[in-house]
Amino acid sequence: MSPASTQKTFTTHSVARGLILAGTFLLLACSKSGGGDTASAAPADKATAASMGSPTVTATEVTVGQLHSATGTMAISETGSIEAERLAIDQINDAGGVLGRKIKIIQEDGASDWPTFAEKAKLLLEQDKVVCVFGCWTSASRKAVLPVFEKDNGLLYYPTFYEGLEQSKNVFYTGQEATQQILAGLDWIAKTKNAKTFYLIGSDYIWPRTSNKIARKHIENVLHGTVVGEEYYPLGHTQFGSLINKIKAQKPDVVYAIVVGGSNVSFYKQLKAAGVTAENQTLLTISVTEDELLGIGGENMVGFYAAMKYFQSLDNDNNKKFVAAFKAKYGDKSVIGDVTQAAYLGPWLWKAAVEKANSFDVDKVVDASPGIELTTAPEGYVKIHPNHHLWSRLRIGQAQLDGQYKVLYESDLIEPNPFPKGYQ
Amino acid sequence: MHVSLAIWAMQAFTGLSNFSVLLLLALGLAIIFGQMGVINMAHGEFLTVGAYTTYVLSQVSERWAPWLEKTYFLVAVVVAFFLAGGLGLLVEHVLVRRLYRRPLDTLLATWGLSLVMQQAFRSTFGAREVSATLPDWLMGSLKPTPSIDIPINGLVVLGLAIALTGGVAFILLRTRFGVDVRATVQNRAMASAAGINTGRVDRLTFGLGCGLAGIAGAAFTTIGSTGPTSGSSYIVDAFLVVVFGGAQSLIGTIGSAFSIAQLQATTEFFMTGSMAKVLTLSTVILILMMRPQGLFALKVRR
Amino acid sequence: MTASVTPAPKPAARPPMLARFTTQLTVDRRARQNVYFVILALVLLVVFPLFFDIFRLNLVGKYLTYGFVALGLVMCWGQAGILSLGQGVFFGLGGYCMAMFLKLEASDVKSTSIQSTPGIPDFMDWNQLTSLPTFWIPFKSLFCTLVAIPLVPGLLALVLGLAMFKRRVGGVYFAIITQAVAAILSILIIGQQGYTGGVNGITDLKTLEGWDIRTDTAKYVLYFVNVGLLLGAAAVAFSIDRSKLGRILVAIRDREERVLFTGYDVASMKTFAFVLASVYAAIGGAMFTLQVGFMSPSFVGIVPSIEMVIAAAVGGRTSLFGAIYGTLLVNFAKTYFSESFPELWLFVIGSLFMGVVLVLPNGLAGVDLRKAVLTMIVRFSRRGTSRRRNAPPAPVVVGPVPEAPDGHGSKGAEALHS
Repeated sequence: MSPASTQKTFTTHSVARGLILAGTFLLLACSKSGGGDTASAAPADKATAASMGSPTVTATEVTVGQLHSATGTMAISETGSIEAERLAIDQINDAGGVLGRKIKIIQEDGASDWPTFAEKAKLLLEQDKVVCVFGCWTSASRKAVLPVFEKDNGLLYYPTFYEGLEQSKNVFYTGQEATQQILAGLDWIAKTKNAKTFYLIGSDYIWPRTSNKIARKHIENVLHGTVVGEEYYPLGHTQFGSLINKIKAQKPDVVYAIVVGGSNVSFYKQLKAAGVTAENQTLLTISVTEDELLGIGGENMVGFYAAMKYFQSLDNDNNKKFVAAFKAKYGDKSVIGDVTQAAYLGPWLWKAAVEKANSFDVDKVVDASPGIELTTAPEGYVKIHPNHHLWSRLRIGQAQLDGQYKVLYESDLIEPNPFPKGYQ
Repeated sequence: MHVSLAIWAMQAFTGLSNFSVLLLLALGLAIIFGQMGVINMAHGEFLTVGAYTTYVLSQVSERWAPWLEKTYFLVAVVVAFFLAGGLGLLVEHVLVRRLYRRPLDTLLATWGLSLVMQQAFRSTFGAREVSATLPDWLMGSLKPTPSIDIPINGLVVLGLAIALTGGVAFILLRTRFGVDVRATVQNRAMASAAGINTGRVDRLTFGLGCGLAGIAGAAFTTIGSTGPTSGSSYIVDAFLVVVFGGAQSLIGTIGSAFSIAQLQATTEFFMTGSMAKVLTLSTVILILMMRPQGLFALKVRR
Repeated sequence: MTASVTPAPKPAARPPMLARFTTQLTVDRRARQNVYFVILALVLLVVFPLFFDIFRLNLVGKYLTYGFVALGLVMCWGQAGILSLGQGVFFGLGGYCMAMFLKLEASDVKSTSIQSTPGIPDFMDWNQLTSLPTFWIPFKSLFCTLVAIPLVPGLLALVLGLAMFKRRVGGVYFAIITQAVAAILSILIIGQQGYTGGVNGITDLKTLEGWDIRTDTAKYVLYFVNVGLLLGAAAVAFSIDRSKLGRILVAIRDREERVLFTGYDVASMKTFAFVLASVYAAIGGAMFTLQVGFMSPSFVGIVPSIEMVIAAAVGGRTSLFGAIYGTLLVNFAKTYFSESFPELWLFVIGSLFMGVVLVLPNGLAGVDLRKAVLTMIVRFSRRGTSRRRNAPPAPVVVGPVPEAPDGHGSKGAEALHS
């Protein structure tokens, strides 16, 4: 063997190495086309389809998108919403679909990562050209996709109760905005417990902070009570000893808690261990649904109050049917929280609007939406307000040992008010 | 005045209980990192192993062995130790053993391990957090005076922390194995030349560290959540405690856990939790910058 | 060797020019790197734009912003042996600087007229701020922003680096401290939502000096700007790599004391590498903001910081090319697996990572393909001894055989010489 030939082998190999590296992910990249449930062939096909005008509405089918975190840290919370939306769509399809067309779902995974949400929203709107999207859970993910929906004139049904301060032509909010969830609850607790002093607690991010801000204004200006403390802890914080001592030092009439995620579990366990129970302390939360209660353990929260628009134990025919259908589809042990029910409303509200508009066109659906009522909602009755939020009732539930809430109070229908005057 | 005195007493106990949590967290890590120089990023997942062990035993006793309901927690602590420790031995044998000469790489490899373990938890137990039903005697509080409540779970964690620290100190200072460990840490080549099987020492040390993490995990079910990623939230705190105390020194770990816990508890009482956390972490970093060898460094000849 | 059953390749058959060129490639590492560089440029500038539609190209662009971080990590980790687990801090700072500028531009008085204080970013208004905080004011100017993007993270890195390297903190300790810095910054950003946008980050960015960054044309332009900057950054890294400074950095990684005793200012050089890495990360962050349209604290914390290190390690911590390809590969794999097999994703990436660290300490770039192929051929040809003689030469010759670099590892434990 001559040296030259050895060198040749070497050089070829070195360059090949670079090329192979580059090739590997080229392949990977190409193999990933649409993604999701109905990953349909190559991008080229989609381009052709797109040129045919509205590819997602055929004579027999209409395609919608679903965009939640199926993986990552938020999967814990969003799984319920995914299931509820699927249930609703299945039921609609079984009843004949929308305008005679069956609904087909393209599901994308936001993977608990906000840029991924924006990316997948773009994919759904620009490539899959879905007529509407059911999705998002956290405010951060909604904020990330909002510009995409506004630019591409998409339609999003967002299920989570949230801080308000937002109103977009392209979004319908099927959960409660902050004032709907907060004011009536505070009124009730102030009246029934004759409460004057409040201690506000939250995880440190926008929803608890904004909610507590509204709560504080309401307590000070309307209820004429005092806020004796306001505390925020980082997400995922696990040591609440000092906070509990501060609560004991202040002896507030009501502890108003908006702790979320794993911190919840630590907070309620440590409260109980420190001897703070429903017997000696009134606590009202707006962040613990049946889903969270599962992780906390009913015995650690028994007797505390939660303010939500929906509880699984709600006693009406709509809800009984809904709970039965949900359990039939997803198992007897599944629990249904407030957001899960709100997610279930999305497809039904969209169906009603499409049928009223007699079109799948986003602008027409949006125009037709205000005033639409849903008398079959598990929570009873909802109506779409021109500001794209829902009229709904507020309920107070009391936590039970078995991880359910007992409903103690139900408000009148409350008008949604995402930009509350005097509360900003 | 009486009330504020009571609050003061309870706040002191809070600091103490924060201290015991940090100490439990850091103990296993201190052994692994301090004695072996291995950075175990999967430490949090070994905690989670202990937590899930407790959960499973709680379910088992609830369904099939009601006579265990009062005492299963103690059983769980023991089982957690052996389960997490055994897993630790396995991990050492398969993974860590090959990386002793590249400590920074153990960090990366064990990070990979932690991802795999998290997904394994998720696939087995589901993404939702679960809750071990704790016996009543664990969840109450002592009332030495009418206005003072001392949480029993805090006492249990404190007791465990003291017992384990004592145990570790005993093992390191009073047993043959401890002598071997210290010899290996201080001069591996010499220890090996003196006939100590350093490979075996490493394996057992790693297993012991992981076992301690398992116990900590079981203890934390009384104060925290049990989910696939519960353990990972503790990891930064745990490393800071070990580094701040000066690796290789058990006294250092105790001292640093104590100072960080007291700092955190004190600042928490005067400002919101978020700012307290920032302040505590920053102080620790600043001190570390000025005194990089940690608070209580041991002089080691290399 | 001449009496062979299968004819040996004939070197003479090749054109002499090419032969000279390839000979040069073999002996000259610099020439080889140049070829790789051209390949990389071709792949990024020609192949990707030709094969991908704008949606996927934008994705590639996003992944490439992590490529800046990876380049920086190669310089400070692969070359100088400093493992930083806080690169997300610098990526985030760069990204936030850019986002603040864009947010101010998007919050003109007209489009924020429904706020109680028009003209300030919406999240400030929600948090009862009535005027722009002082530290936001410089970001009204594009020039100041462009200066701030490298300067702010660079200064932070300089302070951290000097404080620690002068006291000879290194290895594991440095890694853990940078990790704590990442934790602090993300708690701060989330907690101070009136000033930073909190956990939602800074969203709804629209235009850059009136130029809409959300259009497809803008995305193309931004992609090419991004690639241009990345290639530029790589070129700078190469020239450092080839300079005396580069060689000293490697020497520091392998035997810090010896370099110290030779009289070099080790601390300053390590600080330089760290600052360089932070500036690279910051540029990546700024480009990320421009291409993705927002910035949030989820890129600042511990997890993203470690993910960036993972990508660099998979590609090859000592190879500038490897790092860029590794970043692309890991991120493509993440997108692909997390969509198609979400359950498997963590298993795959976790195992991949353990495997790479165990088997390929130099990452994919450290794989000696020829050696692997030859070993295989030799193994197969062992079946018949007569054919074995004609097999290509055993893998004993030429080429940098990658060795497990124990240097930058073993330093960790002995980082402190108290």
